[in-house]
Amino acid sequence: MTQCNQWLSELASPEGLLADIQQFGRESLLTNGWPTQKLESWRLTDINKFSKILKLPLNTIHTKRRDNNDKDWASIPNNAIRIILEPNTNSLNSNELPTGVEQLTQEEIEKHLNVQLQEKKANQKKSSASIAINDASTSNILGLKVVGQKIPGIEIVMPAKNHTLSSTKMLLILEENTKLDLLQVAIGEGDSAHSHSLEIHLEKEAELNHGFLALGGGEASCLTNICVKQKEFSQYYFTSIQHGWSISRLEPEIIQLRGNGNTTLNGLQLTNNHEQIATHSYVRFEGPNGSLNQLQKAVANQNSHSIFNGIISVPQIAQKTDASQLSRNLLLSKRARIDTKPELEIIADDVRCAHGATITQLQEDELFYLRSRGISAKQANSLILQGYCREIIDNLPISANRWDILNQLLSNIK
Amino acid sequence: MNRRDKKLILKIVDLHANAEEQPILKGLNLEIYSGEIHAIMGRNGSGKSTLSKVIAGHPAYTVTSGRIIFEGDNLLKQEPEERARIGIFLGFQYPIEIPGVSNVEFLRVATNSRRKALGQEELDTFEFEDVVKESLDIVQMDPAFLERSVNEGFSGGEKKRNEILQMALLKPKIAILDETDSGLDIDALRIVAQGINKLTHPNTATLLITHYQRLLNEITPDFVHVMSGGKIVRTGSKELALELEQSGYDWLENNPKIEEPSK
Repeated sequence: MTQCNQWLSELASPEGLLADIQQFGRESLLTNGWPTQKLESWRLTDINKFSKILKLPLNTIHTKRRDNNDKDWASIPNNAIRIILEPNTNSLNSNELPTGVEQLTQEEIEKHLNVQLQEKKANQKKSSASIAINDASTSNILGLKVVGQKIPGIEIVMPAKNHTLSSTKMLLILEENTKLDLLQVAIGEGDSAHSHSLEIHLEKEAELNHGFLALGGGEASCLTNICVKQKEFSQYYFTSIQHGWSISRLEPEIIQLRGNGNTTLNGLQLTNNHEQIATHSYVRFEGPNGSLNQLQKAVANQNSHSIFNGIISVPQIAQKTDASQLSRNLLLSKRARIDTKPELEIIADDVRCAHGATITQLQEDELFYLRSRGISAKQANSLILQGYCREIIDNLPISANRWDILNQLLSNIK
Repeated sequence: MNRRDKKLILKIVDLHANAEEQPILKGLNLEIYSGEIHAIMGRNGSGKSTLSKVIAGHPAYTVTSGRIIFEGDNLLKQEPEERARIGIFLGFQYPIEIPGVSNVEFLRVATNSRRKALGQEELDTFEFEDVVKESLDIVQMDPAFLERSVNEGFSGGEKKRNEILQMALLKPKIAILDETDSGLDIDALRIVAQGINKLTHPNTATLLITHYQRLLNEITPDFVHVMSGGKIVRTGSKELALELEQSGYDWLENNPKIEEPSK
C-alpha cells in the first residue's frame, strides 16, 4: 500500500457539511496519485519533505481555545478583531463579531460548496495535490460575509499543534462596495503542519487588503491555497511573507471574472538552513481592462531553496489587460538555490504584459556606501536586508509589525 | 603658502593602485595640511575618482605599493568604516540609492558611529531630529527627504545636497568631494558650494575632485593639481585652473612642469 493510500485509509469517513468535498479530495488523490517531480508544477519540490506531512496524525482533538493574549502572540490593535482558526473552529459567538461581519448560514455555505465542487470536477486534471489534501482532511469551514466600509480589521491566527496536521478552510465574501483589512497569521510549532484553504469572493467595487504572514519554526510545514474571485471594479491587495518552514508552498489563484479589476500581489520568502519555500501564483483575466502589479522577492541563505512560479493568463476576451510581474531575488550563500519562472499565457493582442527576474548578491556599492559613513559591514548588511524586506512587509495591513517580523526574519542571518 | 603652523592631515607617498588588475594610480604623491582646500583636475580616466575611492577604502581597488598616512597613522590597514570614524569623508559622485532604508535612520546610525569615535554620547531619535534640522539649513534641504529611502528617487541635486548634509553631520577632518558639481544646475551648484564653504574650518581640510573650473569660482582652492596617467603632473595655485579652462589639457601635457607647494 502506498503512503498516500495508507493515509487515506486512516481518515474518518466523510461526514458533515464537507462530506462531498472530502470524498472528492480523497478520490482525486487516489486517481491522480501523489505528486512526483515529473509534474511541471512539482518539478522542483522536495517530495520527501512534502511526504512527511502525510505521516502526521490529523489534529482533530477539540482543544481548549487559546487565550487571545497568548504570551507569544502579538497584542490585538484597537481597530481589529482576532479570530483563532483551528480545525475544530466551525462557529463563533455572534457577539464576537463587529457590525458588518456575519457568519454565513449553513445554507449559504452549502450553496457555495456545491458551486466549488462542480468547478473542481470540471478542472479535475488541473487540481493541485495540496488542495486535494486539504479537501480530503478538513472537517469544518469558517464562512464570513462582510458588508460596509468602516469595518474593523480581521486578524485570523492559525496556531499549530506539534506533530499533527491542522487542516482548516475558510470562505470569505465581501459584498458590493465593501472595504476590509484581513491579516492571516500561520504559526508553526515543532514538526507541525498546516493545510489551509481560503476562498474569497469580491463583489463589485469591493476592496480587500489581505496579508498572509506565515512564520514557521523548526521542522514545521505549511501548505496554503488561496482562491480569489474578483468581480469588476474590485481591488485585491495581497501581501505574503513566508519564513522558517521546513517546507512551505503557497498557491494564490486570482481570477478576475469579468476583468476591470485591480490585483496587487507582493510576496517575500526568506529561507535559511535546508528550508524549501515556494510560491506558485496564478492570475487569470476573464474580461477586459484588468490590471495586475506583482512583486515577488526572495532571500536565500545557507543551503536553502526558494521557488517562484508566476503564471499570468490573458485569454482573447481580456483585451487591454495591463499586467506587470517582477521577481527580485537575493542569494546570500553559494550553497543556496533560487528558481524563478515567469509564465505568461497571452492570447489577447491588445495588452501590456511586462515581466522580469533578477538574482543578485548583496550589492557591493550599497555596502561600501554605508561603510564609508562609519557603519560596520555587519550593520550595513543588516540595514540593506531590512530595507529589502520592508519594501514588502510595509504593505501588510493591521499594523502587522506587532508580530516583530523583521527580527524573526533576520535573526538567523549573520 | 606658509605651512609652519599647520598640521599635516593626509600624506600620500608613491601610491600605486589597481582596479581589476589594471594599474590606475602610478606613483601619486600628495600632502594636505589643516585649513587647506585642494582641487584635483584631470581628464576622464586620469585616476581622480580612483584616488578618492582608494583613500576611502573601496574594496574593489588594490593598493600595490606606496603609503597613505592620516594624522601619522597608516590608513591602508583600516577598513572603510574605521576610516570614516576617524574623520575621512567621501562625497560620492553618484550617491547610492538604498531602497527601504530610511534616510533619517541611516544618517542617525552614521552620525552616532562618528560621535562614538570622538568620545561623544550617541543621539537617540529625538535628539537627532534637532541636530539634523540645524544641518538641513546648511544645504537648504527639504525635511521631507529625511523620511524617504536613502537617495531613492532623489534628483541629482537632491542627492548631492544629501551628501553635503552627511558631511555636516559627520564633521570630518578631511572631506574628499568627488565631482560634487556634476549634474547640478547653477543655483544648485551655488547652494552646495556655499554649504561646503560653511563647513570648512582651520582644523580641517577639503579635497575637491572636479572636471570644471566653475566649482572653483564658488570655492577658492589653495592648490590646484592636475592628474594624468595615474599621477599628479602639475601643481599650482587657483590660476592653474583658469589656464586649464582656457588652454585645455593638451596645452598642459605639452608643457609638463611640476611645481611643489612651498613648505
